[in-house]
Amino acid sequence: MKIAVLMKDVPDLVEDLEVEDGALPLDEMSFVPSEWDDQALEEALLIKEEDGADVTAVAVDTGDVDTMLYTALAKGVDRAVKIVGDFSRSLTNRQRAQLLARYCQNERFDLILTGVQAIDDLDGQIAGLVAGLMGIGHASVVRDVHVAQDRVRFVQEYSGGKMAEFDLACPALLGIQAARKPPRYVTIAKVRQVQKSAEIDEVEDSVGETPVVTVRRLYKPESGGHAEMWGDDVETVANHIVAILEEKKLLRG
Amino acid sequence: MGHILVVAELENGRVSDPSRELITKARELGEQVNRPVAVAGFGPAAADALQNLDADDAYVVKDDLLAEYHPELAEAALLNILQNPTDLVLVPNTTMGMDLGASVAARRNWSMVAYCTDLAIDGETVVARSQVYGGKLAAEVEVPLTGAVVTVIPGSWPSDGRRGSPTMHEVSAPSALNMTRRRVIEADAGNDVDITRADILVSVGRGIQDPDNLELAEELAAALGGMVSCSRPVVDAGWLPRSRQVGKSGKTVKPKVYLALGISGAPEHLQGMKDADLIIAVNSDANAPIFDVAHYGATADMLELMPILTEKLQGRAG
Ligand SMILES: Cc1cc2nc3c(=O)[nH]c(=O)nc-3n(C[C@H](O)[C@H](O)[C@H](O)COP(=O)(O)OP(=O)(O)OC[C@H]3O[C@@H](n4cnc5c(N)ncnc54)[C@H](O)[C@@H]3O)c2cc1C
Ligand SMILES: Nc1ncnc2c1ncn2[C@@H]1O[C@H](COP(=O)(O)O)[C@@H](O)[C@H]1O
Repeated sequence: MKIAVLMKDVPDLVEDLEVEDGALPLDEMSFVPSEWDDQALEEALLIKEEDGADVTAVAVDTGDVDTMLYTALAKGVDRAVKIVGDFSRSLTNRQRAQLLARYCQNERFDLILTGVQAIDDLDGQIAGLVAGLMGIGHASVVRDVHVAQDRVRFVQEYSGGKMAEFDLACPALLGIQAARKPPRYVTIAKVRQVQKSAEIDEVEDSVGETPVVTVRRLYKPESGGHAEMWGDDVETVANHIVAILEEKKLLRG
Repeated sequence: MGHILVVAELENGRVSDPSRELITKARELGEQVNRPVAVAGFGPAAADALQNLDADDAYVVKDDLLAEYHPELAEAALLNILQNPTDLVLVPNTTMGMDLGASVAARRNWSMVAYCTDLAIDGETVVARSQVYGGKLAAEVEVPLTGAVVTVIPGSWPSDGRRGSPTMHEVSAPSALNMTRRRVIEADAGNDVDITRADILVSVGRGIQDPDNLELAEELAAALGGMVSCSRPVVDAGWLPRSRQVGKSGKTVKPKVYLALGISGAPEHLQGMKDADLIIAVNSDANAPIFDVAHYGATADMLELMPILTEKLQGRAG
């Protein structure tokens, strides 16, 4: 079974998101692999360990994606591929999906896994977009993926804890919500070591026309209300909590 | 002129609240730009459920297999319905929306906006507000009125409850070719506590950092006479059972007090708790979106706070 894992990196939410002139200064920000893509990668590696599979990690080169791909190699993927061209950090998901779909079409993967969503997919999730462009069977909000011959079996989460188990013929694309196990960890030393011995394959491409979504502005939401803040001193905060619960007659005893 | 089409979901034979919200908005937008409203529904209960909605046309696909969501069939059915002139498609951002929104947009070569929380018309353009970066930022975007799919976060605006009598159309169900549903797995009733019945919830997120720290939350919950609940990553890490999860794919809770500790307040979490009577949030990041729905907040360290608060509560009771 030939599996692709589509990965992208996203701004690190640990850092302040300072909007400048209605946009994020993407070139100055730090990026981390999208957490759901990490889950997809883990699920692919578990499938490989369970049934044997040839796993390729794929990313579009919108900046420094090398560390993400070397990390995937260090974790155990067979191959890492970077789609290179004139792409900036502001590449839309739609453009990204077009590049990924074209690559996947050429490579004839049996199974394509990617994250169910990413924090920045304003114009659609990669999973649905790539599946739609390729016209292949797909499902999102998925976990517990197992393969057998040319079929894949998985669980899709509906809502409120209800789920269903499906069986789908390959080629198939699944948007992964969570892997069976928390994503494995590799040390930086291991990644460095891989960086010396392994190579990232490069595939050249360029973006064509895609339907557009025009961003008028990006801003911190002016919320309907904001919490009354009690500061950061734990003693004070604890006293406030006790007082408010007491006032609302919610304390026992 | 094409329809504004709402793809509705059924819950226990009734059109879901998020779908009703979309019908209200579709009508509001439709009146402004002179477009009829259509609604699509799937499964044997769809005809009954859709017949008194405030829409001009209703498209139902009666297939028994669609009594529960089936990704392949629902997509094929929706593509059939889209043979009718359609300008704008609204879908709730549920599993169905996450599944079908982007793929249908891609197949039709239409624009797509995800995580929408508000919609308006400006000339012949649809202006959508969308929640991005885990709810930390909002984006105001334009898509053409003709040829766009928008997935909307449930609860973004109220439904007006208006009724109507749409012209009913039965659409033939395609047959499933590649995908089989083997079984439906009902939510695990389990033998764990039922967090939806708690008056006080001590809810922990990724800020708990280590499963060993859960003891601090249990002690605090005991001192308050409440229960421990959590965000999704805590469940995915295997630290608490799924029955404790609050949010879109977990439980919806409405306790008297919701103490959110180390929870950022992603839209999927807020969906399950934003209607709690009193929300107190503790998060070291002053910009965490949880503070937008909380009544009181503190930028304290939850791990330091929990034992101190427990001690104060115990001292008071004793
Ligand atoms: C289809 C789908 C369904 C989903 N369903 C759900 C759902 O039902 N429920 C749900 O919760 N999520 C759900 N999610 C996931 C959701 O998108 C978020 O990833 C999740 O809610 C984040 O959980 P969190 O707030 O605990 O973690 P994070 O977003 O990582 O936030 C952790 C917070 O803890 C704070 N923190 C860290 N250390 C401390 C400390 N010592 N003291 C105080 N604060 C600290 C940080 O500042 C941060 O804000 C779903 C996602 C998808 C795609
Ligand atoms: N199409 C499939 N995809 C994945 N796993 C399968 C498939 N068919 C069977 N299996 C696995 O084979 C075992 C027996 O399957 P069954 O008897 O069909 O329930 C189970 O462990 C299944 O997970």
